[in-house]
Amino acid sequence: MWTWFYKLASPPHAYRSAAAMAPWFLAAAAVMIVYGLVDGLVFAPPDYQQGDAFRIVYVHAPSAWLSLFAYTTMAVAGGIALIWRIKVGYAVAAAAAPIGASFTLAALATGSLWGRPMWGTYWAWDPRLTSELILLFLYFGVISLRQAFEDPARGDRAAALLGLVGVVNVPIVHFSVYWWNSLHQGGTVMRLGKPHMAPSMLWPLLAMLFGFMCFFGAVLCMRVRGEILDRERQSAWVRELVGA
Amino acid sequence: MSVGVLEAMSLVVRREMRLAFRRPDQLLQPLVFFLIVTTLFPLSLSPELSLLRDMAPGVLWVAALLSSLLSLETLFKGDAEDGTLEQLTLSAQPLVAIVIAKTIAHWLLSGAALVLMSPLVATALAIPVGAFPTMLASLALGTLTLSWLGAIGAGLTVGLRRGSVLLSLIVLPLAMPLLIFGASATDRAIGGEGSAGALYFLAALCVFTCTLAPFAAAAALRITLE
Repeated sequence: MWTWFYKLASPPHAYRSAAAMAPWFLAAAAVMIVYGLVDGLVFAPPDYQQGDAFRIVYVHAPSAWLSLFAYTTMAVAGGIALIWRIKVGYAVAAAAAPIGASFTLAALATGSLWGRPMWGTYWAWDPRLTSELILLFLYFGVISLRQAFEDPARGDRAAALLGLVGVVNVPIVHFSVYWWNSLHQGGTVMRLGKPHMAPSMLWPLLAMLFGFMCFFGAVLCMRVRGEILDRERQSAWVRELVGA
Repeated sequence: MSVGVLEAMSLVVRREMRLAFRRPDQLLQPLVFFLIVTTLFPLSLSPELSLLRDMAPGVLWVAALLSSLLSLETLFKGDAEDGTLEQLTLSAQPLVAIVIAKTIAHWLLSGAALVLMSPLVATALAIPVGAFPTMLASLALGTLTLSWLGAIGAGLTVGLRRGSVLLSLIVLPLAMPLLIFGASATDRAIGGEGSAGALYFLAALCVFTCTLAPFAAAAALRITLE
């Protein structure tokens, strides 16, 4: 177990593992997203209240989940890097931040497009929406803090610490619909017992969720490879690899 | 010569006070800023008292947040520039204790001063006197929490050349819950409703940050000073 852990912590090994994993993630993501989109957009029945407009959920909900998942990934990778001084962790954290920010932006954009026909407004100052917006600002803070330092190693550590501090927002986003009276609907999938959703609508949504997760994994692997190459550009193995 | 932790903390607090009172302009600038910002709103929106009263809590809280942010930058900066901070880091006392002392001193000089001045601004914004106790309590809790959050941000940005904008970018998202509960407590007090719920929330946030933030701020300082 520990040898595996230490092996993964070595940059060349992590670089090769990421390269090996990326195509699998990508293939799984493609299969699930294609199935989810076709089944969700074509075959699933229209909602009895929202009609066909509900179908944006197949992009909106996975984006929103992934915005939190990517933040948690970033914070955990940064925490591991800070605690055990594993450099690859910083590369993962740095690679995850822009992806997570993009998912947050996608969740906000699709949500506001959905809000227009359903709530009659693109934006409402609702707890769920506001906390998701704060999440976007946190991503911006982490990304710009990392870039603000001239010494990249210091920027990595500072950004990792800020990421850990910002974790307090993750449960706030998740539970905001239960804690406050929210315009946003409560959870319909992630609950104990029976989900509040017809199976014909639920299956494509779950496929989209896992498809998005695999897509995140694939993009993360690719970005991590780039980060590692950039960080290790002075080392012998990278020079050998690029033939310089 | 050995000094206990509490003694060291009180020494740091007294030193901060003495330094601040020798340069009163730095002490006064955020307070004047607070006054000026709150003056902008009646001028730009409407001088009508009923309208002012409706937006007073928001104006008060935004102005308080911005002026506290202004003074946060100086929390570690002077000491970092002349090397005092490095000496404090190297001292036998735990860095967490020193961070706590510095943050408390900072709050006494900025947040508490702002709380003391807020009735003046509140009167100008037509907040009824009956809402003052709630307003003062919420501002006191809110600015203290903001000082703890700000200590993390200031610790992370202390060595940076253009740290002030980044400091706002880091601290403001974290401070948004304060704004929500603080403004709603003041708002409810003005409307004559019970504001205890929002105040309890502010108190909880204050306890939460003052137990955890010093450790995060100390870790931040170790990263930036290393």
